[in-house]
Amino acid sequence: MPNTSQTETAIESKLGSLRSRGQGALIAFLTGGDPDGKSFLDNATALVDGGADILEVGIPFSDPIADGPVIQGSSQRALLSGATPRGVLGLIKEISLARSVPIVVLTYYNLVLATGLERFLKTAQRSGVEGLVIPDLPVEESDSFRKTSSKHHIDTIFLAGPNTSPTRMRQIIEKSHGFVYMVSLFGVTGPRRELDPVALHSVKRVKALAKGRIPIAAGFGISRPEHVAEIIAAGADGAIVGSALVEIVAHNLEDRERTRVKLKDAVSDLKKATNPSLV
Amino acid sequence: MEPLIQLELSYRKLSKESSFRKELKGLLANYAGRPTPLYLARNLTQRSGGAKIYLKREDLLHGGAHKINNTLGQALLAKRMGKTRIIAETGAGQHGVATAMACATLGLRAEVYMGEEDMERQRLNVYRMKMLGARVHPVGSGSRTLKDAINEALRDWVTNVEDTYYLIGSVVGPHPYPTMVRDFQSIIGIEARRQILQSEGHLPRAAVACVGGGSNSMGLFHPFLHDLEVDLYGVEAGGEGLDRGRHAAPLCAGREGVFHGMLTYILQDANGQIQSTHSISAGLDYPGVGPEHAFLMDTRRAKYAVATDNEALEAFQVLSETEGIMPALEPAHALSYATKLAGNYRKNDAIIVNLSGRGDKDVETVAKHIPN
Repeated sequence: MPNTSQTETAIESKLGSLRSRGQGALIAFLTGGDPDGKSFLDNATALVDGGADILEVGIPFSDPIADGPVIQGSSQRALLSGATPRGVLGLIKEISLARSVPIVVLTYYNLVLATGLERFLKTAQRSGVEGLVIPDLPVEESDSFRKTSSKHHIDTIFLAGPNTSPTRMRQIIEKSHGFVYMVSLFGVTGPRRELDPVALHSVKRVKALAKGRIPIAAGFGISRPEHVAEIIAAGADGAIVGSALVEIVAHNLEDRERTRVKLKDAVSDLKKATNPSLV
Repeated sequence: MEPLIQLELSYRKLSKESSFRKELKGLLANYAGRPTPLYLARNLTQRSGGAKIYLKREDLLHGGAHKINNTLGQALLAKRMGKTRIIAETGAGQHGVATAMACATLGLRAEVYMGEEDMERQRLNVYRMKMLGARVHPVGSGSRTLKDAINEALRDWVTNVEDTYYLIGSVVGPHPYPTMVRDFQSIIGIEARRQILQSEGHLPRAAVACVGGGSNSMGLFHPFLHDLEVDLYGVEAGGEGLDRGRHAAPLCAGREGVFHGMLTYILQDANGQIQSTHSISAGLDYPGVGPEHAFLMDTRRAKYAVATDNEALEAFQVLSETEGIMPALEPAHALSYATKLAGNYRKNDAIIVNLSGRGDKDVETVAKHIPN
């Protein structure tokens, strides 16, 4: 049994069915409302049409401490154009109505707290959110959050780091639903030229501890198709690509059509890399 | 989380070891200049009318502020943990200077994150840090002040956690920092309590200190927590006034939230976005506050008030002229409030104000605001 509920969650079954076909999942990230609501909707749709298996949407926070300059910049752009937690959840609802894709939200705890746990999670559920990643919510402090999120059938996805001890890792595996988010380097989000050597080792370590009870997806510094291929080959069930896509948005602010085409192409290349038989 | 767990274990173990305590005690005495005097400010007392105002002279410490109490403690801890590189954030620059000093004397490498706006208004401290051998990293993100410097230091720490120790300068951040910094700063209150009993024969009626992150106030308050007859007053930066919205007073005007790894009062908008703050003193310019202050306020053990930019500037001048002591603009907030408070007590009562730093760093700022 992958978790305490009777059935697999939507995210788990998505990852499971890809795995049974010998594929990893491509989890594609954009910051909600970047650079504005309408463009974001088009861009997110392009990611799905390009082949993203799961969409991860950031609700922008003023002080994103887990993020490098690229996602900091996107958060600032989104906030300047008026993005709010409620507004981004509204955009997510539009995507979930238009496309059949599991959607995961990444945000920081204060935004959830300011809205109120119950209200935030209820709205998220109604918007079609299937999972939540909160980098500044440690598993040790998460009891009331998890209680409320499971009530609303939203997976709580915890982050594990390369230096997370086996004891804590077991706790994270036990208390995560959907997948465990393996941070594949020491540091913050951002595109890197090479895959950090620590990444493959980390994935193997967490896979061994998880014993198949929950899927593992790796993120941070995974930006190119060859990184995706390597991380999937190492045993990850999914690869999360964020900053490399956000950078496409940032570099093409003057040409919205070009942004969409480039995003779709990038995702399509990244997706191909999740299928070892095609690589 | 893992580095925080390691830090807590190391701190618990080392802080009990007699060799650690002995070395720290020696450094505080012979390097930093402890104990600091508790000075009866007769002229200020006369001018204020009311209780005797005593000043705890943390401004006389090496480096010019209370910050060295904490940096020596943590740098020593870092060294014993085998770390070689120390990172720190700084607002007014006093913590950066104190970090640079502690690292120099203990043979550690120091790198300090500082908001670009703060680098501008506290230029003197930027020079000092560099001369003391520290590298200063300008932070251009967000509001370019203390909170952004903390963000960058945290990002550095998760990247270089193997050899790097993050030396936080106030009672803020994730556990165990608020506890640890409080412990290192409690020497202020321990000395002050002993000194006032010696000079007055009884406890003071009140202890007053400014609150940014809240380390100098927590250091003064903590040893008096169980002396219920001693009123504790924390003074936040009222900036241009609470009604105008440009201030740095999370306890007086903020809401509960989670930021920088702590649950506390925070200045935030309705959605939970952290708001930018304003204070004439860079050291108080922070949208959060140590969680133990939030607890002391909620349990009503301590009271919190504000002093505005103008009130702090006035207190700066008053203390300079009446006592020949130039306070930093941070404790000038506490002084301003204390001079009003003194009138509520009798002439035989005593109140202690923590004079947490000296004003040399603020001379330019003051000169700009007060012509001649």
